[in-house]
Amino acid sequence: MKFPLLQNDGIGQAVLAVLAILTVLVPLFNLALPDGSPLHFSTYTVSLLGKYLTYALLALAMDLVWGYCGILSLGHGAFFALGGYAMGMHLMRQIGERGVYGNPLLPDFMVFLNWKELPWYWQGFDQFWFAALMMVLAPGLLAFVFGGLAFRSRVTGVYLSIITQALTYAFMLAFFRNEMGFGGNNGLTDFKDILGFNLQADGTRAALFAASGLSLILAYLASRYIVNSKLGRVVTAIRDQEARVRFLGYRVEMFKLWVFVFSAVLAGLAGALYVPQVGIINPSEFSPLNSLEIVVWVAVGGRGTLYGAVIGAILVNYAKTVFTAALPEIWLFVLGAIFVLVTLLLPDGLTGLWRRWEEQAA
Amino acid sequence: MKAMLCTPRLRTLALLALLGLALGEASGARTSDPFSASLARLKGAPLEELGAAIEQFASVQDERTSKVLQALLDGRLFYRKADGKVVIGEPAEAGYAITDAASGEQLGTAERFEVKKISLNNALRTTLRETIGRLELNAQDPAVRLRAVQAMSQAPDEKNLALLRARLETERDPKVLDALRLALALADLASEDKNVRLRAIGALQDQTGAEVVNRLNALLEKNDEGEYLEPDSDVRHMAEAALHRIQSRLQFYGAVETLFFGLSLGAVLVLSAIGLAITFGVMGVINMAHGELMMLGAYTTYVVQQLMPDQLNISLFAAIPAAFLISALVGIAIERGIIRFLYGRPLESLLATFGVSLFLQQTVRSIFSPLNRSVATPAWMSGSLQLNGALSLTLNRFYILLFCLLVFALLLQILKRTRLGLEVRAVAQNRAMAKAMGIPAERVDALTFGLGSGIAGVAGVALSQLTNVGPNLGQAYIVDSFMVVVFGGVGNLWGTLVAGFSLGIANKFLEPYSGAVLAKILVLVFIIIFIQKRPRGLFPQKGRAAEA
Repeated sequence: MKFPLLQNDGIGQAVLAVLAILTVLVPLFNLALPDGSPLHFSTYTVSLLGKYLTYALLALAMDLVWGYCGILSLGHGAFFALGGYAMGMHLMRQIGERGVYGNPLLPDFMVFLNWKELPWYWQGFDQFWFAALMMVLAPGLLAFVFGGLAFRSRVTGVYLSIITQALTYAFMLAFFRNEMGFGGNNGLTDFKDILGFNLQADGTRAALFAASGLSLILAYLASRYIVNSKLGRVVTAIRDQEARVRFLGYRVEMFKLWVFVFSAVLAGLAGALYVPQVGIINPSEFSPLNSLEIVVWVAVGGRGTLYGAVIGAILVNYAKTVFTAALPEIWLFVLGAIFVLVTLLLPDGLTGLWRRWEEQAA
Repeated sequence: MKAMLCTPRLRTLALLALLGLALGEASGARTSDPFSASLARLKGAPLEELGAAIEQFASVQDERTSKVLQALLDGRLFYRKADGKVVIGEPAEAGYAITDAASGEQLGTAERFEVKKISLNNALRTTLRETIGRLELNAQDPAVRLRAVQAMSQAPDEKNLALLRARLETERDPKVLDALRLALALADLASEDKNVRLRAIGALQDQTGAEVVNRLNALLEKNDEGEYLEPDSDVRHMAEAALHRIQSRLQFYGAVETLFFGLSLGAVLVLSAIGLAITFGVMGVINMAHGELMMLGAYTTYVVQQLMPDQLNISLFAAIPAAFLISALVGIAIERGIIRFLYGRPLESLLATFGVSLFLQQTVRSIFSPLNRSVATPAWMSGSLQLNGALSLTLNRFYILLFCLLVFALLLQILKRTRLGLEVRAVAQNRAMAKAMGIPAERVDALTFGLGSGIAGVAGVALSQLTNVGPNLGQAYIVDSFMVVVFGGVGNLWGTLVAGFSLGIANKFLEPYSGAVLAKILVLVFIIIFIQKRPRGLFPQKGRAAEA
């Protein structure tokens, strides 16, 4: 095997290979081939696929805490959205004088609210390096504080799920407030460019897609590394028998916290990549429903496998795109049915079905 | 010729005519009481005699007089040209809609030319106004007297004040007495005599009305030269003290009102959480579709109202058992179809029931459209309960508070005293042991879940009276109700009650300082931190059951 990291991860290898090929070919076909060519990807498709990849990254983060550590976080949407808002704030500051009101310093919504100066927490976001730092720092810090408190007090199981849900709900309510200074209801939108490149340009879109693909691949490898390491073993053991691991002398809360923070950082990164590709971030990203959908992606793909999360996220979101376009009233039925059927009939998800079929064939 | 007139035949005729007249008078007197008789004198009387006619009419002891006089004052009193009947007319499309002044009977509409208005001059109007005031001040109905006092205190001239003082001697009704004293005290504030003013302030310091506050404040104001409008410093000091006292009373009533709002919000929280407390607390099952079961209850209320549109006042009572049944049946179906395969796997049952919640939402959206449906509030639930000048409680919230306590008490009794309750508690404590004792655990599971779901439906009936009934109704409450259960301590109904009310009250007391949304966020953050300190809630389960 070329990658010791991916030993015994056949599906993972395949998924990574497909991802690598897509990361190279999709932008290439989009940019190099003419419009009429059958292999040409429209820029719309590129952005759509890019969005799926950021969702896959988010699902990967979810699988790390849920699939490997047994923490069913119903608030991962909060980390995703925080990363997204950090990116959105940078993009807002990049608009500069091109806004509707032409204010060089203040984003449009602040001018509209008659604010006179930039709030302190908007300072520094004009620098990309600072914004990039905040994209991982904001969700990471939140996860550190929240997880630190929760795990130390041994809040587990459904209690943890419920308070993570309360967390994202509280964030949603807070970000809906205009006084918070994050654009309220409308969120942040009307972005112009990123790092000096026009966001509407094909090249920028293709580059963002490639960045998403690359991030996903790297995150996958990092996650794989973690779950294969000794730390990963302990974490898996915590999932299966928390009390026993504690009695063996491990500081369970530290391991949990580490994984939780890392997962939150990945989620924040996913959010940061998501925002420039869809062009908007608003408080509905914090809604508890969004966080639950993440769980369903992982469940559909198969939890505790990493590749399952990637496959599940892409499949479910593809289905969502198809259904909401063709039969919008059916989509919630489908999603509801997925929730029920996967938990009842496919506890290991679709990839679990594949593995079982493979074992039987062998 | 003269002699001709005096012929006996003619005399007889004249006598007969006189007799007939007398008989006619007598028969008229027999059919009409003094009210109708003096009412008849009002019509057609020349202006100089009308005053006396009004005076006589007003002296008739009858409930109807003041209404007729009011109509006369407003220029709404007519008589019909055809038969001379005195009527009260309201302007209608063509002419007037008339009612018989004596009997109150509706007489349809009359063209303008068919009736003649009984008109007044200004002098008569002034005396009439006084007459009405005096009449109403001495009316039988205390509500009429109260209105008269309030109207007269708006125009505190000598005559009115004299009437009010006279009434003070004979008045017995406490509400009217209060109003009389208030009116006289307010009038006395303008008195020349310092002692009268001081006494008036003393009488006013237990009032809370806005007018009292304004008048007392006026005593403390300065004119443009910086001199006090009120010359006497004793009066000013006393006014200041009285104002202070009134302000603190108002603050107290404000706090009571906030407390009431908090309790009513708490009642909603308890209602929505209590079913969850059973399914989550007793059975350890996370039912994310709980909010949707409430939504079903609210929609059931809507449907029941549509089915019996004429019985708005009682349809709510019909809706309660209907909502209970429907939600309970759906709950049992969820338990039998999904949850029973997922016992011991709480996270999975959470996800599966969430799927069910999406399903139910979309079903309702497909059937009833995504728009909100309006559920009517019955008459006995609308309006408010006026406790005093500064404090009034909305009735619907008041009833929901009562309803919540009732449901809670009922549920507690079910769990404590019935066979089902005993079995539920047994299965919750130790499933294997309960089974060994011959308790049909599976059936108990289904019934428990049905009970919890049914309560959710009942909560939905209450919610339909407070918020919009739409497909998203449940989602709005699910996070809150989980918070209540977790805060109160799982498996403890009393904990749910305490948690619901304290969260509701905390929310409402924070609101004035922080605004509604921030108050909610603060409460959420508080719970999140609280759970860190006491992961099992306010009233944790103790013993072995807690470890499972």
